Amino acid sequence: MDATLFLNQLFNGFSVASLYLLASLGLALSFGLMRVINMAHGEMLMLGGYLAWMTLLVVPGAAGIILAIPVAFVGAAAMGGLIQSTLIRRLSARPLDTLLATWGVSLILQQGARDLFGAVGVEVRAPDWLSGSIALAGVTIPSARIFIIAVAVLVLGSLALLLLRSRIGLLVRAVNQDRMMAAATGIDVKRVDFTIFCLGAGIAGLAGVMLALLGPVTPNVGQSYIIPAFLVVVMGGLGSIVGTTAAAAILGLFSALAQIFVDVSVAQMLLLVFVVLFIQVRPQGVIAVRTRALDV
Amino acid sequence: MSDALLDIAGLSCAYGQSDVLWDIDLLLPRGKVMALIGRNGVGKTTLLHAIMGTRPAKTGRILFDGTDISALPPHKRAKAGVGFVPQGRHIFPQLTVMENLETGLSASGDRSNTKHGIPQHIFDLFPKLYDIRNRAGGFLSGGEQQQLAIGRALAGRPTLLLLDEPTEGIQPNVVQQIEAALVHVRDTLGMTILLVEQYLDFVWRFADNYSAMQNGRILQQGRIADAPASDVAHFIQI
Repeated sequence: MDATLFLNQLFNGFSVASLYLLASLGLALSFGLMRVINMAHGEMLMLGGYLAWMTLLVVPGAAGIILAIPVAFVGAAAMGGLIQSTLIRRLSARPLDTLLATWGVSLILQQGARDLFGAVGVEVRAPDWLSGSIALAGVTIPSARIFIIAVAVLVLGSLALLLLRSRIGLLVRAVNQDRMMAAATGIDVKRVDFTIFCLGAGIAGLAGVMLALLGPVTPNVGQSYIIPAFLVVVMGGLGSIVGTTAAAAILGLFSALAQIFVDVSVAQMLLLVFVVLFIQVRPQGVIAVRTRALDV
Repeated sequence: MSDALLDIAGLSCAYGQSDVLWDIDLLLPRGKVMALIGRNGVGKTTLLHAIMGTRPAKTGRILFDGTDISALPPHKRAKAGVGFVPQGRHIFPQLTVMENLETGLSASGDRSNTKHGIPQHIFDLFPKLYDIRNRAGGFLSGGEQQQLAIGRALAGRPTLLLLDEPTEGIQPNVVQQIEAALVHVRDTLGMTILLVEQYLDFVWRFADNYSAMQNGRILQQGRIADAPASDVAHFIQI
């Protein structure tokens, strides 16, 4: 095997993993907390992509991309907040209905984007410092992919800080571990749900900006990332952030390295087979939580 | 305002189609300890959950400190001054002892010093908790968890403490410690306590009044001082 090709794909794997991570963190957060699956999560990516495109229409160039990140985050978070407060909160006792209702929202948002922006994708022109590439030990690395990895690392680090070091993080962990008791200690669990849902949608919006750097933004761009994101969440252990990160890394690397030997669609199939086998061996996911409190 | 801190009238509760509490009336005088006694499954725990708001009531009203709290979500009841030490303790397993205590601060509304702003009297009461403050809640022994659960409830500065079987599954020498701590809470903090307990010796040393439950109703109420434990033992025996 060609060492350069291997290194290239290894690096690609990390950037794919970064995208998977950004796309799935929101799903993992809200599933961990509310046990609901938001089928419209992919459309938060799509929304982020279009918001990035619109931001760059107003402010072209490097400043535009930097500005697009907060715009997409806030825009997607607001949309997530709207979906959560009007729909998911009211259906929280009925998980299957939530699944169907959010799928409906997903279709509405896709059609809405088609009507607004057209069925053909829009192209975000990355600024020069992102469209170049860096040569390292014989491997050519596109700058955009380095940028994506850096953003993912930054998001993960900030999220970890927020969850482990802040007051709101403490409340989130408490609700996550024992919802009844959290409410009884005086925590407004519905407000925590809302905050986390907005945060998760915002991170997905951010992922959308990264997608826009790699290819055209289309009304159904979210659909191609939502399946791997679900795989990551399932494999990560349903709601664990460490597990989600590990699973995103494993699946990103797996799909990129598989593409050395087979074409893209076979690699996708192998990815599914890999996850199915993994879940057979380890149904609890990468990270399983075990303490004696659970057997009370 | 009456001298009752908690005044429940006509409270009913159901799990799906089956009723588990029927028309409960209960008065808790301020500063007194009321013990709820009865066999397993008669609705004692459900009654505590209905008061806390973690189990919805079907009918009835709950006056707490003169205000009707029956429509409030649990966190608002906690903020109003209801502290809860549930059965099985419900310690947050992956939070440290300190973090478990900090969650309790949510109820006190004291946001001035939320990071480690744990009232000192909790550590005076349970010095062990300070020694193990960085350990995860899930790794504590039953007795340690019970102390933590009581400490967490006290961190919210409640005026009413709901205690569900504080001696259940705890080794005898630790039971004595917990009993001593609860006596301290009753006497120095002047706390009103609603206690569910099967261990009658403890109830008769600790409580002022009792309510005996059977099949989701309160059948008999009285002052502990007027009744020997043997009078109510048949509510517990199988």
